[in-house]
Amino acid sequence: MNRPRYLPRWVITVLSVAIGVTAIALVAQSDPAPVAEAALSPGGAEGGVDYWPMVFVFLLSTFIGLGVIRRVSRLLHTPLMSLTNAISAIAVVGAILVAGPDVPPMIRLLGGIALFASVTNIVSGFLITDRMLKMFKRDKPS
Amino acid sequence: MSPGYVELFYLTATALFVFSLHWMNDPKTARRGVGAGALAMLLGVAATWAQPFVVNHGWMVLAVVLGIAVGYPLSRVALTAAPQRTALSHAFGGLAAALVGTAKYYLWLGEGPEELTTFRMVAIIAEVILGCITFTGSLFAAGKLQELKWVPQRAVTYPLQNVFNIALLLVAVAIGTWLALNPAAPAAAFLFPVVIVIALMFGILLIIPIGGADMPTVIAILNSYAGLAAVAMGFVLENNLLITAGALDGSSGLILSIIMCKAMNRSYLNVLFGAFGSVQQTAPESAEQGEYKADTPQSAAQIMEQANNVVIIPGYGMAVAQAQHRVRELYDHLKKRGITVHFAIHPVAGRMPGHMNVLLAEADVPYTDLVEMDDVNRDMPQCDVALVIGANDVVNPAANLDESSPIYGMPIIEASKARTIFAIKRSKNPGFAGIDNALYFDDKTWMLFGDAKHVVGELIKELSGESATH
Repeated sequence: MNRPRYLPRWVITVLSVAIGVTAIALVAQSDPAPVAEAALSPGGAEGGVDYWPMVFVFLLSTFIGLGVIRRVSRLLHTPLMSLTNAISAIAVVGAILVAGPDVPPMIRLLGGIALFASVTNIVSGFLITDRMLKMFKRDKPS
Repeated sequence: MSPGYVELFYLTATALFVFSLHWMNDPKTARRGVGAGALAMLLGVAATWAQPFVVNHGWMVLAVVLGIAVGYPLSRVALTAAPQRTALSHAFGGLAAALVGTAKYYLWLGEGPEELTTFRMVAIIAEVILGCITFTGSLFAAGKLQELKWVPQRAVTYPLQNVFNIALLLVAVAIGTWLALNPAAPAAAFLFPVVIVIALMFGILLIIPIGGADMPTVIAILNSYAGLAAVAMGFVLENNLLITAGALDGSSGLILSIIMCKAMNRSYLNVLFGAFGSVQQTAPESAEQGEYKADTPQSAAQIMEQANNVVIIPGYGMAVAQAQHRVRELYDHLKKRGITVHFAIHPVAGRMPGHMNVLLAEADVPYTDLVEMDDVNRDMPQCDVALVIGANDVVNPAANLDESSPIYGMPIIEASKARTIFAIKRSKNPGFAGIDNALYFDDKTWMLFGDAKHVVGELIKELSGESATH
């Protein structure tokens, strides 16, 4: 199986620029002024420092993703796409967090539509992936 | 459920998602991957739903039931429609992200504008812009793939298109930046919808100039946008599960689009802004090419019978004609005669990554006989018959020879090196990219004009008729 073993230079460039920009934004945000402002607010700790772990998580999971996906057989690119599609329907968690609490009806409505859209993706994504994968068979013993 | 347990569930779900994708590296373990993914999703939903502040159960159950009611039929579509379904589900993913971002913005704006820190605002704007672009872009792509009447099939181009599109995006980003710095300004509540509208428009304008041949790349790009929108949502909600799962999806779309771009020898930016397949490039010099030699299925079948080694090269034409089951019958008949038969799969054949593999798997062709482009090209000179079924650009020798051709440099399946070539083609028009194909005028090439399903049916009739008289 011929697998791509490269990561083109532009990908690395784009990734480093993205990381750089995020880092600068974060550093800028941890300036004394916003921290003091945030400390007054009930939300409390959003001084900037708290966001770092999320950026680390994003960076590392992107690298894991690139590593894992590069090994996926080319045969399975269509099922891969429908599977990752279903996985990105993890947005369902966000939809529940918006639609679930006691919030104004308008917000609840938006959350409900988001929940509907994500559940649609979860159900159709996993089912069709399984349906496709069932079809891939080795050479039958003739 | 206490926060500690929620995080534990999320952690388990993350691990399962990684395993799920890991198991996709081999068809033997792939189905386990689907199970792991579904379990991870269930854990994520259960842990989130079970938190004490989630109270609108009736309303949410309604949304879930509706989602299942729409999702189930979508999972039963014919596999020839798999590209449309995939594009449609990218649209749903984008919609969900955009709505959650919008809801969160107005919620915080109403309850306490001090919650709208710059970081959160940047994340919300990114989520909403990416979500909206994915939503309309994917809807439009799905419409193109479904060949809806009101959606233009060919690439639509107009002067200064790219300048206009990029300017539009810059305006959205500029407003977004202003919003991030002044989230609670009086004008903000009105400017926010402006960003949404511009992003929605940009999604459509981005897809309009893209022709069918570029669809695999575009679908992959939209896939990664849907993932990145989920990541941005994770930053907004400070939720690690959203970030990890979104990043996995984003990197998958990225890898697939890299593979697609490489298979077409084009850059990422060129696909999005190149308006490939615009008709102007192609008109001249078609008359000098010479004549097609048409053949009948009868004599084609006779030549195939004499062959030792047959390579079948399927393309979008096979999908359009739904000919995959007939092609499998042809494969069976040839195999029965002891002929070696392989399918040569070009990475961008069809309308989405891996499209041909899935169709042939549906028709029960064992995946061990599906060969990738690089492997098959090595053996092409030993091939007696190359049968091209509805593929065009992926076998066009101009990619190797003609420096003026728009597809010059694209790796192709070198069908022209086979001893005899048969090409099944619906009509005498050029393919989706609108480029003439010198292969069809080659001395060794015989054209079989007609619907792929019909022509392959005729070939089978000949082959089975022969075996009856023996």
